[in-house]
Amino acid sequence: MNAPEMLASTANQPVFGRPVVQIQQASVVYPAPDAPVRALHEVDLEIRQGEFISLIGPSGCGKTTLLRVIADLEPITSGTVRVNGLSPHDARLTRAYGYVFQAAALLPWRTVLSNVMLPLELQGTPPEVAREIARTQLARVGLAQFEQKYPWQLSGGMQQRVSIARALGFEPKLLMMDEPFGALDEITRDDLNAQLQQLWQREQRTVVFVTHSIAEAVYLSTRIVVMSPRPGRIVKVIDSPLPAERTLALRDTPAFMALAHEVREALADGHH
Amino acid sequence: MALVSSFPLAPSRWRQAVSRALPVGVVLAVLLLGWYALSVALNASGVIERVLGGPAGAWGWRDLIWATWHQQRAVLPAPHQIALDIWHSLLDWPLDDPRNLLLHTRITAEATLLGFVLGTALGLLLAVLIVHAPTLERAVLPWIVASQTVPVLAIAPIVLVVLGSLGFSGTLPKAVIAMYLCFFPVTVAMVQGLRAPQTLDQELMHTYAATRMQTLWVLRLPAALPYLFPALRVGIAAGLVGAIVAELPTGAQAGLGARLLTSSYYGNTVQIWSALLMAAVLGMVLTAAVGLLERAVLRGRGPKH
Repeated sequence: MNAPEMLASTANQPVFGRPVVQIQQASVVYPAPDAPVRALHEVDLEIRQGEFISLIGPSGCGKTTLLRVIADLEPITSGTVRVNGLSPHDARLTRAYGYVFQAAALLPWRTVLSNVMLPLELQGTPPEVAREIARTQLARVGLAQFEQKYPWQLSGGMQQRVSIARALGFEPKLLMMDEPFGALDEITRDDLNAQLQQLWQREQRTVVFVTHSIAEAVYLSTRIVVMSPRPGRIVKVIDSPLPAERTLALRDTPAFMALAHEVREALADGHH
Repeated sequence: MALVSSFPLAPSRWRQAVSRALPVGVVLAVLLLGWYALSVALNASGVIERVLGGPAGAWGWRDLIWATWHQQRAVLPAPHQIALDIWHSLLDWPLDDPRNLLLHTRITAEATLLGFVLGTALGLLLAVLIVHAPTLERAVLPWIVASQTVPVLAIAPIVLVVLGSLGFSGTLPKAVIAMYLCFFPVTVAMVQGLRAPQTLDQELMHTYAATRMQTLWVLRLPAALPYLFPALRVGIAAGLVGAIVAELPTGAQAGLGARLLTSSYYGNTVQIWSALLMAAVLGMVLTAAVGLLERAVLRGRGPKH
């Protein structure tokens, strides 16, 4: 990874606002009896307000670890991480972000509606207000008529949509998603990708998105961070030349394919 | 179940009821037959000696069997004798008369329920403390386990004497002993249940910056409910045993335990069996009530819960 190139690329993004996440020389090392595992090695990254960043790479490249570091789910061994100018811990306490896990993680004893109300409830939002917000969010992901169902009565794709609605309910400025569509079939995945793209475009939230699908990363992102394992590190940061407004048909255009090719090359380079 | 109801011609509800009642009915019939046979076998010698006038008397098999099933103070009274005793006890006397079994049942039920509520509360409290303070687990859990190895029969008189000297009598001392047996299954199950939420769910709460109290209330307690109810069923049955045992050594005037003791003192075997049967019925009613509560509370949860 050559730092000048990355700095140059962020400098070329005048559309985006203030930095939301600033990572400098962040490393995560897990002690092990033989050799310590370097899950993340001297990572530098700056994410600005309104960007859609994808972290892509093979298993073990530290993409999930990086996301978990930002979310204060994982401590760093060295380096600095700032979220909204605060430490990840303090940022978490200000409820700076929404986090969507790989699994929907809905509470099975709560209805869909009250699952979406959960984070609002914890923040002390009055129940009537929380219910209104939850209804609006559910309608946005197309689940308005399922609000009284229980999670086990929904398909995997619908459950994941509920968990996205839940993460959006308290209007976090920063949305972090860890392979949210990884377990879904391709048709559902396309559908949810399109919805997520529209959502980002409409609300201009900052999104950090972990995936191992090149097509998904290229379709959704304004910037693609390519990572590589052993040690987990960033090998290349690619700015997307694609227009902000995107449809699924975009994926058959030469520009899309060229970008996908560039990502694939970077992934292959990372293996050397 | 699904097969039966999808079959259009079958009166499914009726069939369901029959298929449920049939096995129970068969077992009951076999039990009753065995009981009658056993009461002939066990009562025969006594009957021959005291009723029929010795082995050389002029009596036939029919006389013998008839007499064994109608003997007073039989070694094993016949089922209809017990049924009649219960029937007369329930209908011939007012509800507040000590000859009415319902009075005793009510008194024992009160002690059991109070002990059950106290025991459940204590069990919940201990479990919450243990889950939140690992030190406490190491310090307290061995004592909790040890407490259950002490026979309740030995503890009961001590508790009754101590509480009696402090001026407590009647329901409370009995409830304390019921609680002593009740809290243990609740504690053990709730420690497991409160730890049931997976890492993912806990991390979710972490990202919401939820406090420990919020996590307990919103995640841990609901997740523990499926663990709680089986423990409550065990607990209420154990509590009933505790309440009855507590009525034995005090010379209590009322309660199923007191009734058992006086009946046994006077050698009235029919009354012993009546009290015993009422205790069994009370146990089933209490357990069924917990079962109903469980169904109401866990309604809506998926097949996994």
